[in-house]
Amino acid sequence: MTFESFTAILAMALAAYAVRAGGLLIGRRLPQSGAVAEWLREVPAAILVAVVAPEIFRGGPAAVLGGAITALVMWRSRNLFLAIGAGVLAVVGARHLMAGF
Amino acid sequence: MTDDSERPRRSGGEGAPIPKEEKSGGTDFLRGLRISLPLAAGVAAYGLVFGVLAREAGLSVADVALMSGVVFTGSAQFVALTLWAASPPVLALAFATLAVNLRYVLMAAALRDLFARTSRLKAFAAVFLVNDESWALTMGEAARGGASASFMVGSALALYAAWLGSTVAGRVIGAAIGDPSRWGIDFAFTATFLALLMGMLRGKRDILPWMVSAAVAIVASLYLPGKWYILIGGVAGATAGALRRDV
Repeated sequence: MTFESFTAILAMALAAYAVRAGGLLIGRRLPQSGAVAEWLREVPAAILVAVVAPEIFRGGPAAVLGGAITALVMWRSRNLFLAIGAGVLAVVGARHLMAGF
Repeated sequence: MTDDSERPRRSGGEGAPIPKEEKSGGTDFLRGLRISLPLAAGVAAYGLVFGVLAREAGLSVADVALMSGVVFTGSAQFVALTLWAASPPVLALAFATLAVNLRYVLMAAALRDLFARTSRLKAFAAVFLVNDESWALTMGEAARGGASASFMVGSALALYAAWLGSTVAGRVIGAAIGDPSRWGIDFAFTATFLALLMGMLRGKRDILPWMVSAAVAIVASLYLPGKWYILIGGVAGATAGALRRDV
């Protein structure tokens, strides 16, 4: 490892910790009730939707099918491993089928 | 995993209740770790891919180990590979890490109830381990009243080990792994978060905010670089959800 790459990785580490610790600090200072607290409670699901939706949009029909199967299996079984596995298998299968045409 | 997931879900409205006592810290830690094993398998899959790409980008084994060990954020590390050079641009890398990970400000802020009873020192140590998967899992548990700081740390340590181990392994094994899309590994990421999201579904009232979040995120992803769409879509969806509640 060179001194340059060591410095670069350290700078990245500082940045990565700063956003996490910054969020903790901000969270502690935000009011515990009222509109801001209500809003903060809506954040988790909204962030996850924003992570997932563009990925499925970019992934096309195979990703839409995989997404539907993942959601369905998770809804029925409440088993993460099963849901992720079924979704991935569906996508691999759909890609193979589509590559055949 | 089934015994925890079978538990009846509390309907939302009171937000994330805090566990009454912290004496179950050890069991919560182990529970978080155990529930996270399938997530760790998914993380290891894209960790391998990262290792392979890191080799092509010119990172040494030590570079990969140090980066995964002290940065510990998949998205920023993947972006860093595109900027890497024989003499890496320090400021560009730091700025890219900050920009790609701005969502963590919001995510860590949403964890505040979890850390309400832990000491400042412990909270600031634990927050280093916050990652997308453990965070999503923990928020889902919190909605059902079963989360604690120990639960999050247990989950995060399982993923930390998986990420560190798999990125280094990928760097060492290298090209033998080949194209990740052949194995559907690229979709494992999406499937993971979609499955975790399903655990947060509270009913019809979620439809509108989720649609707002999805639509804004998709449009933003088409026009903005990097991961800004996550932050923008998340803010839009949360705002729609909070406004709807007031009506």
